[in-house]
Amino acid sequence: MNIFKKTILTVLASLFIIGNVSAEKIKIGTEGAYPPWNSKDASGNLIGFEVELAQELCTIMKYECTIVEQDWDGMIPALVMRKFDAIMAGMSITAERQKTITFSQGYADEVASLAVMKGSSLEGMDTPEGINLSLGGSDVKKALKTLTGALAGKTVCTQTGTIHQNFLESGDVGSVNVRTYKTQDEVNLDLTSGRCDVALAAAVAFTDYADKSGKPVVLVGPTFSGGAFGNGVGVGIRQASDSAIGKRDAKILKDFNKAIDKARKQGIISKLAIKHFGFDASM
Amino acid sequence: MDFDLMFTSFPKLLGATVVTLKLLSVSLFFGLFLGLLFAILRLNKNILINKFAYGYSYVFRGTPLLVQIFIIYFGLGQIEYLRSTFLWVILKEPYWCAIIAFTLNTGAYTSEILRSAFQTIKPGIIEAGKSLGITNKIIFYKIQIPIAIRQSLPAYGNEIILMMKGTSLASTVTLMDLTGVAKYIISTTFKPIEVFIVAGGIYLFMTFIIHNLIKYLEKKYSFQQ
Repeated sequence: MNIFKKTILTVLASLFIIGNVSAEKIKIGTEGAYPPWNSKDASGNLIGFEVELAQELCTIMKYECTIVEQDWDGMIPALVMRKFDAIMAGMSITAERQKTITFSQGYADEVASLAVMKGSSLEGMDTPEGINLSLGGSDVKKALKTLTGALAGKTVCTQTGTIHQNFLESGDVGSVNVRTYKTQDEVNLDLTSGRCDVALAAAVAFTDYADKSGKPVVLVGPTFSGGAFGNGVGVGIRQASDSAIGKRDAKILKDFNKAIDKARKQGIISKLAIKHFGFDASM
Repeated sequence: MDFDLMFTSFPKLLGATVVTLKLLSVSLFFGLFLGLLFAILRLNKNILINKFAYGYSYVFRGTPLLVQIFIIYFGLGQIEYLRSTFLWVILKEPYWCAIIAFTLNTGAYTSEILRSAFQTIKPGIIEAGKSLGITNKIIFYKIQIPIAIRQSLPAYGNEIILMMKGTSLASTVTLMDLTGVAKYIISTTFKPIEVFIVAGGIYLFMTFIIHNLIKYLEKKYSFQQ
């Protein structure tokens, strides 16, 4: 038997063995346009913190996972319509989203921040380093008042359907002129072009862009958490129901929760967070 | 089906229809003049002018409207030099970027529609004018243009409907037109089917109005009166 035939037989045999293991097959949806959480490399492969974390979690769960791409604005409808079984796309756990889908426990903290171009009048805003909207208190109130004054009359840009948009429209910082974009890339483009005076997103989304593009984008004001910003980023899963598919969804949720526990204990999440964000954003 | 959502989103979408109609009417207005100008240039015997006009319609009919609007909005916005000129006052605004893209696009199609209409005018009609001693200028304005416009009505009606649907691309450059507001409602309710059905219904109704308007004009200016 020549080598060629041997190789083919080995491949076929291994396929047969893998095929025999009755692993759960799931699809995980991600945006692929929100670096460093999830993005694409030059040849179109999905990369980033969540893509690697998804692979780790699937190994722990012994699931066969396929990671698929989905535009952000159709993410939740696509999950509900069963185009995939789970969302890992930097999606924060919020009460609004929980009306439609359910979430696993959080696996990472998304720290939000405003960003401007160097030289903006908003630089050097006098606010605390970070505010937690759930805690409230005089510090938070004072910071929000400073922000209300600073953002008045400014065009604030952010991605559609995000916690950042919710916060800007919540009235916490007065009535700001919000402009929304389909992707974070477009927000970055219009921040550098000057159409946006200031933008709001995950702090790492701006620092990553500044690093890669060399554009003088700087963070200003406090970092935000709590309140409209939700309770960390989790895996989005369909709400369970009594049907067979609904029970499968419940099992997927349970398995993800267990896997996140395990990955956290083994330090996998911290390691990946430090690799992609430069600091430990795991939770 | 969430009928409540369809009911409550209807007034919001209707409000956004005003933006859509504004985009449509302003770009059609400028586009008609641009189209007429380029149709006349196409009929010019000077080869340079002729090729220039042909090149314009070739480029704008040969590339997708979405690409055109992206080049004008995101592309031009990245040119640092441009941002220091007075042009930036206009190009800074998503509204004017959309108007420019739509105008250039519809202008290209309109120029082709009018050009072919001019070419279908029978030479006999122009010769009849000349034999009556009417000047070339008057023949052009009083005979050729009215006939060309009447000839191009059916095709131009199609162009209006295509353009009306094309304005939905304004939502890609942050404008809150009918599609933009529909997407906004979906981003908070996660129910695309209900909202897009209502938005689609409004688009369909606008098509119905435009279609009938053109039909009425065709009848009114029919040659067999």
